[in-house]
Amino acid sequence: MNFPSDLLYTKDHEWVKIENGLATVGITDYAQSELGDIVYLQLPAPPGRVEQGRAFGTIEAVKAVSDIYAPLSGTIEAVNEVLASTPELVNQDPYGKGWMVRIKPSILETEKQNLLDPEAYKALVG
Amino acid sequence: MNLIFELSKKGREGIQAPPMDVPQAAVSLPMQRKMPPRLPEVTENQVVRHYVNLSSMNHHVDKDFYPLGSCTMKYNPKINDEIASHPGFSALHPMQPAPTVQGALQVLHELSQALCKIAGMDAITLQPAAGAQGELTALLIFRAYLLKRDGNPRKKVIIPDSAHGTNPASIAMAGYEIVQIASGSDGLLDIGGLERVVDADTAALMVTNPNTLGLFESRISEAVALVHAAGGLVYMDGANLNALLGITRPGDMGFDACHLNLHKTFSTPHGGGGPGSGPVAVKKRLEPFLPLPVLSMKHGGYFWEWDRPDSIGQMHGFYGNFDVAVRALTYILTMGSDGLQAVSENAIINANYLRARLAEHYDLPYSQACMHEVVFSGDRQKARGVKTLDIAKRLLDFGFHPPTVYFPLIVHEALMIEPTETESKETLDRFVDAMIQIDRESQAEPERLHDAPMNTPVRRLDEVGAARNLNINYFAQTHGSI
Repeated sequence: MNFPSDLLYTKDHEWVKIENGLATVGITDYAQSELGDIVYLQLPAPPGRVEQGRAFGTIEAVKAVSDIYAPLSGTIEAVNEVLASTPELVNQDPYGKGWMVRIKPSILETEKQNLLDPEAYKALVG
Repeated sequence: MNLIFELSKKGREGIQAPPMDVPQAAVSLPMQRKMPPRLPEVTENQVVRHYVNLSSMNHHVDKDFYPLGSCTMKYNPKINDEIASHPGFSALHPMQPAPTVQGALQVLHELSQALCKIAGMDAITLQPAAGAQGELTALLIFRAYLLKRDGNPRKKVIIPDSAHGTNPASIAMAGYEIVQIASGSDGLLDIGGLERVVDADTAALMVTNPNTLGLFESRISEAVALVHAAGGLVYMDGANLNALLGITRPGDMGFDACHLNLHKTFSTPHGGGGPGSGPVAVKKRLEPFLPLPVLSMKHGGYFWEWDRPDSIGQMHGFYGNFDVAVRALTYILTMGSDGLQAVSENAIINANYLRARLAEHYDLPYSQACMHEVVFSGDRQKARGVKTLDIAKRLLDFGFHPPTVYFPLIVHEALMIEPTETESKETLDRFVDAMIQIDRESQAEPERLHDAPMNTPVRRLDEVGAARNLNINYFAQTHGSI
């Protein structure tokens, strides 16, 4: 299973990539594999506010519906609109085309300490 | 197989209607159809054969074992249908005045008495049409009660992480905040965890007992006492009541309200054969808040009482699903109290028999003795490349309905098996043999299981396609319009 080294992770199986002051968020390869075929995503429209550790969307797979938790607090700058018609991209390319939202973090430096590095996440999912 | 619409031939009729011998009544123009309804034109025997063939392609409890966990798919004795089909019940109109339907009202009254006795409660409403509607009814009763008592309905309802999915949905619909607590390592309510979240904002705790892992909540009295001490109420999701009949009662455990699924525990049809029925039984202090109308008796006759100022109002048209109530009362009276206790004892023995026989082949995350259902994990098989979904699909090839899968959520690759009391040892052994063979196949030829089912009328269905592009209208599909 693939856990890219340039990402940070949450214990709830989201990944976050911090670039130029923006955080791109999705769910991990492990999460998509556990969920199985994803059929529907409910994501907030910008400019919504999210709070670290709080659910901001839901993901519906054939076998279950789960919440998606915000890895960082901030405002939503962009949503991956393509997922509305092709949610299978989350299964096919969880770290690429399957990205979900871009957040402008409000307290990045403090909250970053609550995220896991790739090694810690790998240890978590065994 | 053809759809019934595809069998249609223009002008073909099933029956010949007699010539009209009453004057034609005028129907105002806006109420008149512009074109006749698009019904299939078929003969009676085409209709009968079509549905008999469909039923034989489908799986149902009259055909074979249906161990769908938490659904209690027990065999439904045919005498229930026979009694409910009596014209004295089946030919009634719901608008008939109460004095003309005293016998039917007596059925509702006797069923109410019996269910209160079984649940250890004081009063009941038969209105809710399903367990989930029962949950909502009870939470609205709690809200009304708290509002009346304190002028404040409070804010949150607590559930364990093993709760049925309907619990959080009902809580949200009743306007409360959902607070979920983690189960203990033994799969039971974590009393310490509960203590940390119970406060003056707690409206209620909702618990299923036995819980969805099939385990009896042995510390339920402590949990109830904690919530009561904080001024909150306690609700029992009665989905798993099939394990408790004549052994213990929700009322005796201290619950303030519970629902009872007539379509599970009391052998009325469900799973496509419904409708369901989820009466809610309550303690005395909640009685004034029950839905309207309430069945009462005056001068030796039954009547519907509407003058209940504290009531939450009506939850269902008329008085719930009446013919389901007739079936449930028939079941209760034919079983008797000893019979009902034997139901639960045998349901528990059957589940433990499956647990013991399958324990060496499938992982058992909670291995203690279970109640009426047992939850395995398919982790061992998944490591070989066979998912729980593949196991479920393969069971169809053996003529069994699969168990509940991927629930409860706290068990990885969950397989939740509820055999019910109505199955013989021979059937249970056949099922165990199939499960053992599937485990062997997961070692010898895991790839093959990805193709299951192989012997069913349709092979593995496109569940993703069905969820994304749901289209169940024949005309929308063939003619582009409805």
